[in-house]
Amino acid sequence: MTGLHAEPEVAPSVPKSRLRMRDLLTEAAAGMLQRPARSVLTALGTVLGVGTFVAVLGLTATATGQIDERFNELTATEIGVDDTGGTNAAMLPLAFTPDADARVRALNGVTGAGVYWPVRLPTGATVRAAPVGRDAGGQPVQVVGASAGLLPAAGATFAEGRAWDTFHDSRAEQVAVIGEGTAARLGITTLETQPAVFIGDVPFTVVGILADTERKADLLLSVLIPRTTAEKIWGPPEDGKRAAMLVTTELGAARQVADEAPYALRPDHPDYFTTIPPPDPRTLRDNVTSDLGTLFLLLAGICLVIGAVGIANTTLVAVMERTGEIGLRRALGARGRHIAGQFLAESAALGALGGLVGTSLGTIAVVTTSAARAWTPVVHPATVAAAPAIGLLTGLLAGLYPSWRASRIEPVEALRR
Amino acid sequence: MSPVIAFHGVGLTYPGPPPVPALLPVDLRVERGEFVTIVGPSGSGKSTFLNVAGLLDRPSSGRYVLDGVDTGALKDAERTAVRGSRIGFVFQAFHLLAHRGALENVELGMLYGGLPRRERAERARAALVRVGLGHRLHALPTTLSGGERQRVAIARALAPRPALLLCDEPTGNLDTATAADVLDLLDELHAAGMTVMLITHDPQVAARGTRTLTIRDGLLTEQAYA
Repeated sequence: MTGLHAEPEVAPSVPKSRLRMRDLLTEAAAGMLQRPARSVLTALGTVLGVGTFVAVLGLTATATGQIDERFNELTATEIGVDDTGGTNAAMLPLAFTPDADARVRALNGVTGAGVYWPVRLPTGATVRAAPVGRDAGGQPVQVVGASAGLLPAAGATFAEGRAWDTFHDSRAEQVAVIGEGTAARLGITTLETQPAVFIGDVPFTVVGILADTERKADLLLSVLIPRTTAEKIWGPPEDGKRAAMLVTTELGAARQVADEAPYALRPDHPDYFTTIPPPDPRTLRDNVTSDLGTLFLLLAGICLVIGAVGIANTTLVAVMERTGEIGLRRALGARGRHIAGQFLAESAALGALGGLVGTSLGTIAVVTTSAARAWTPVVHPATVAAAPAIGLLTGLLAGLYPSWRASRIEPVEALRR
Repeated sequence: MSPVIAFHGVGLTYPGPPPVPALLPVDLRVERGEFVTIVGPSGSGKSTFLNVAGLLDRPSSGRYVLDGVDTGALKDAERTAVRGSRIGFVFQAFHLLAHRGALENVELGMLYGGLPRRERAERARAALVRVGLGHRLHALPTTLSGGERQRVAIARALAPRPALLLCDEPTGNLDTATAADVLDLLDELHAAGMTVMLITHDPQVAARGTRTLTIRDGLLTEQAYA
């Protein structure tokens, strides 16, 4: 072995082949562009999957946004305070003090407050427009005793006249405000004749006719009289129909006020009241989202899997087709990992491209649907940002097996073709 | 100066059963600047010899020193690098990428060598000019004639400046006139100092070499083809 061939022995310290990232990407791009139609078809699965993903999340967010809108400013700023009387209910028919309105109004964030209860009329007592004669069409009319703060808090607007005020309330004046519908049934069309209504046998001067209210629409069908008048003539509320209070607040103050109101009303016995705060919009939204989202996200997931299988299949076919090219590249010094990297980059790029297009189409779908329904389109930025990444990941996963296969192709076999 | 190829008892037997001796152990030296042709009928072991000499396959016995590097001790990644940098392959089927222009196909020969992009482009252009295709730098292989395609392939093999140009039936797919042109080009390259090894079944082609080896039934000998 020696002697005859005495060439200098070089220690094998050979620099390994390398492929720059930029070259890898160029090769991958060229690989995709050499069959543009097929690349488009390959990416279609990811387009559908990611598109569905974005559309589902966007439409869910949009629909939730609409439900939030129904949960509007009015409900978000309304609190009910119920007089329960606590353990002393039997002894205490009315726990609201005469200055209850002022006590609650003093709380920060409160814009209006009023106490009301359905007046307990003696049996057979009806509401009529004259001492004798017809009543309101046979239907019993609800008589409500209310503090001066109730009508402003309910956002009442008047067709004619005005509400009574604290003056009437404190003096227990016999004045009444009636809803427009009730007025018509009683035959009262104008206040110019200074009409009166008779509740049982007690006459009340009508000072105002309600046109509308923002809250407590049932007031429109009632006859409203000052609470002190009601208490003086017919006594406090009966058991089972106890008084309640309507409190309106600034936006965002409702839950805070709901906690504070019982203490403001009766520092000695806050347990006499229960408050009904507005529903928490977040719970509302969660309920809706969980119903709709899961099913459709599953659907989007299935689309993505189909897309991934599509990419895997096409890439595998491409690997088989390009066996000669793979062999050539190996002969030119490419290592198995360079080949794998190239095919992986191709499938990942196809996935990312599909993801981008899918994101665009999904967003367009959300906007179009919203436009058709006159909704406000809502797409979370994270959705838009994540979607192309999901496409990329899909492509990457789909390319793993074909790339591995490509890297295992023996150059000797490949070049024989 | 070390020889380009030094075989010390290099042979390849495919493990059986039964074991198939495709290349019988042989000693061979190819000096720098030689134009060696290897001729043999099909099934004689030409392909096996090409695969071993081209580092596409490992010999099962002996020691192969290529351009001063003992290839037996190399790991796969290193063999790949040596193959890419020291050997320029020219195939019968050209193996050009159909969707890439001539220049890009030639650049592909240097893709894995770590050369900067700009230098790859310059060398590729020079190599194409060298094989007489300076006017068709951006032509797609489909628009080139067979002879032109093989010239592009030769340019691709030359561009990385290999120690050895290893040609496997380079004229097998060409008509006689075009084949003569390609062989003239190889002659020129040899005259300019390139070490060329050409494997063929055609004695007339083999006669173009300065030294002709015969392979038959896996046995490589220094005899003229008979």
